[in-house]
Amino acid sequence: MGRVLGLGSARDGTGHWWAQRVSAVALIPLTLWFVFSLLLLPNLDYATVRAWLGVPLSGVLAVLLVAVAAHHSYLGTTVVLEDYVHGPGAKLLGMLLLKFAHVLLGAVGIFAILRVGFGT
Amino acid sequence: MPPARARPLSPHLQIYRWQIGSTLSILHRITGLLLAAGLLALIFWFASLAGDEAGYHAAVRLFASPLGLLILVGWTFAFFYHLLNGLRHLFWDIGRGFGRTERRVSGWLAAAGACALTLGVWSLLWHFERL
Repeated sequence: MGRVLGLGSARDGTGHWWAQRVSAVALIPLTLWFVFSLLLLPNLDYATVRAWLGVPLSGVLAVLLVAVAAHHSYLGTTVVLEDYVHGPGAKLLGMLLLKFAHVLLGAVGIFAILRVGFGT
Repeated sequence: MPPARARPLSPHLQIYRWQIGSTLSILHRITGLLLAAGLLALIFWFASLAGDEAGYHAAVRLFASPLGLLILVGWTFAFFYHLLNGLRHLFWDIGRGFGRTERRVSGWLAAAGACALTLGVWSLLWHFERL
């Protein structure tokens, strides 16, 4: 009966599981670098932070931080949604919102960092 | 597939004994969600940096307000806890650390470590008058 209804093993999800782990491992050095870089700045003034972010390495790492954090957050929050929201309409809407929100956040963050880096 | 009707569910949270393991697990989920919300704040901060100086200082004033600082301290704890407990998860993923003592000790280290690191970071900020 399960086979008729197309139920049974999803045979999918390994990619998600692996991406979550890889992004998690990448985030360990990225987040620690970010937090300690800011802590080590003399202050958090506009000019000071912009100067720090303008250094190419800082800019690249900051872009990576935003992209990987957004992806890791997307993977995690969608799992939470799947666990608690079951109505098909609500679930679909939730999935779309999460995807669009994370993509938008990632885009805004990366654009802002690049803008500072290229000096406008 | 839409559910035909709500099926009866056995009681779970109402009757299962409280355990440290499950608490740490749900805390990992809760801190994850808090960090996801924090991502919004982080992007907001980057965006303000890309704008003019007045806008950036307005954003910083918001973060440095009493409520803002309280939330930042909360996020610091969420970050360190999710990081330390996340490391526990990664060890489990390679098959290590499942023993009873190992679980209890690593769990305690994650929770206590997060508290200690949060206090440490904010004490340093206070001490060096960065606030």
